[in-house]
Amino acid sequence: MKEVRLHGRGGQGGVTSAELVAIAAIDEGKYAQAFPSFGPERRGAPVAAFIRVSDKVIRTREKVYHPDIVVVLDHSLPSLVNVAEGLKEDGIVILNTALSEDEVRKEFGLTCRLALVDANTIAAEVLGLPITNTTMLGALLKATGIVSKDALEEAMDRRFGRIAEKNKTAMHRAFDETVVTG
Amino acid sequence: MAKRVGIEVSIAIAEAAKLARSEVIPAYPITPQTHIVEHLSEFVASGELDAEFIPVESEHAAMSCCCGSSAAGARTFTSSSSQGLSLMSEILYIPSTMRLPIVMVVANRALSAPISIWNDHQDIMVQRDIGWIQTFAENGQEAFDLTLHAFRVAEDRRVSLPMIVNIDGFTLSHVIEPIEILSQEEVDGYLPPFKPRYKLDPKKPITMGPVGIPEVYTEAKMAHSEAIKASKRVIIKAWQEFADMFGRQYNPVETYRCEDADVMLVTMGSISETAMTAVDKMREAGQQVGLVRIRLWRPFPSQEFRRAAGKAKVLAVIDRCLPPGAVCGPVGAELRSLFYKVPGSPKIFSFVAGLGGRDVTVERFEEIVDKARAYAKKRPRELFEVIGVREK
Repeated sequence: MKEVRLHGRGGQGGVTSAELVAIAAIDEGKYAQAFPSFGPERRGAPVAAFIRVSDKVIRTREKVYHPDIVVVLDHSLPSLVNVAEGLKEDGIVILNTALSEDEVRKEFGLTCRLALVDANTIAAEVLGLPITNTTMLGALLKATGIVSKDALEEAMDRRFGRIAEKNKTAMHRAFDETVVTG
Repeated sequence: MAKRVGIEVSIAIAEAAKLARSEVIPAYPITPQTHIVEHLSEFVASGELDAEFIPVESEHAAMSCCCGSSAAGARTFTSSSSQGLSLMSEILYIPSTMRLPIVMVVANRALSAPISIWNDHQDIMVQRDIGWIQTFAENGQEAFDLTLHAFRVAEDRRVSLPMIVNIDGFTLSHVIEPIEILSQEEVDGYLPPFKPRYKLDPKKPITMGPVGIPEVYTEAKMAHSEAIKASKRVIIKAWQEFADMFGRQYNPVETYRCEDADVMLVTMGSISETAMTAVDKMREAGQQVGLVRIRLWRPFPSQEFRRAAGKAKVLAVIDRCLPPGAVCGPVGAELRSLFYKVPGSPKIFSFVAGLGGRDVTVERFEEIVDKARAYAKKRPRELFEVIGVREK
C-alpha cells in the first residue's frame, strides 16, 4: 500500500487531485481512498489531503501519519509546514519550486529523496491560472508511477469535461520537466 | 449490471436513495451530511429523480414533513447529523410508534459544546430509544447497501417502522473509495414499490396519531416494542435476499478472527476496519485477540451477540460516546445487561474512544486490549475509561 499526503492551500485543488488519483487507481482495478483533512475549508489556509492506493482491500480509517509520498502544491508551504513530517525512510517529497535541488536542501533542510518542478510557471503558461493541482499530478506520475497516465487522463476527462485538455497539457509538461533526485 | 466506481460515500448514498426511487425528500443541510442532500437536490432539479425535494426551514420541520409524506403513502428519505438530529428529537418518537417507514441516513457527529463538526456517536446515542430500527455501516459499500436494505425492511408490512442507517461523519461521508453501484433494474428487483397498509387519503379518511388516553397508551407503546423486536427476522431475511441477489452478506453481528480469542474487541461503525488491522497485527504477535462488530443496534441482536461473543473471557467494548455521570457508555451498558448473571459469561470492560474526531488508531486498539487483560486480573476502580486523553 502506498500512502500520499498532499499539502496545498484552500482553493488550490489539492482535494480534487487526491480524488483524481484515487478514482484512476480504482478504475485500474486497485483499491484506493482519498480524503481531505476533515474540517471547514478555508481559502488560502494551509490544508492537506490524503490518498491510499493498494492492490489489496484497504482496511483502515486512520489518518495518514507515515506517507510514502508527499506532494506540495504551493511553493510557499515548505517554509511554513514541516512537509517531511512522518515521511517513511525511503519516502519522497515532490515540490512545486523554482529552486534547484541544492537550494531546496539548504533552504528547507530536506534530506529525503526529492522531485522538483516549477509548477507555478507551467500553470501560468498553460492554464493562465496559479492553480497547480493538475500540474503537480504530472510530477507525481513521473516520480512514483502510482497510477497509469491513461487512467489519470480518463479521470480528468470525466471530471473536467471541456477544460480537461488544458489540464492534461499542464500535466504532461510537468511530467517532462520534473527532476527526480537520487 | 452493477458497476464498481470510485465515488464519495455521500454521493453513493444519494445514488442509493435515487435508485430506491425516493418520492419525497424533506431535508435541511448540516455538516457532514451536506453532500448527501446536495446531490439529491441536484438529482431532483435535473429531472434524474422524480421526487419532491422540500428545502425545509429546520430539521424539526424536516422530520415533520417526513411524517406527513410517509403517512400519505410516499417513499420518504432524509438525512441529518448532530445538532440537526437533536433538533428533530421532538418529532423522532412520533413516526416510530405511528409505524411510518421513513428512511434516514445519519452522518454521525459530535454534539456541542465545545462546537465540533467531527465524528463520534454522541448524536445518535441521544436518540437511542426513539424506537427506530438502527444499523451502523463500516464502509462505503455498506453505507450504499444498508440504505437500500433500510427501505426494504422499513416498508415491509410485517415491520412498518422507520429506520436509520448510521455512517461515520467525514471518516465515511467524505471519503472516495471503490463502491459497487447497483443498476436501476437490480434495485427494482430487490425493492418493490411502497404499498402502505393505511395512508392518509381524502377519499378514504382515517385518523392517524390521535390522543392515547391512559386506557390505550400502554398498549400502543407495547405494540411498538413488540413490532421492533419482531422486525429482526425480516431484517435478517432481507439481508439474506440481498446476499442471494448481489453476493454481499450482512449479519446483525459479525466476528473477525474470534476463534480461540480470549479477548474480543467490540466496535460499531467505521473504526471496525482499523480494528481488523489491529487484530491482524496482534494475532501475528501471537495474541489470542478477536473482534466483534455490531451492525444492528436496534433491535439489539441479543441472541446473535451471545452466540458470537459468549465464549470470550474478556470483552473490551469501545463506545464513541461519553455519557457524563453514567455507569458506562451505552454499548458497554447494553452488553453488561445482556450478560448480567449469565454463568461463565465474559468480563466486560468499557472504553470510550474517538470523541469529536479523535483518531482511533491501531495503537489505540492495542492499548485497549492490554488494559482489558490487566483489568481482568485486577479490577479497575472505574467502570469505564476514556482512552487517549492528553494530560499535558
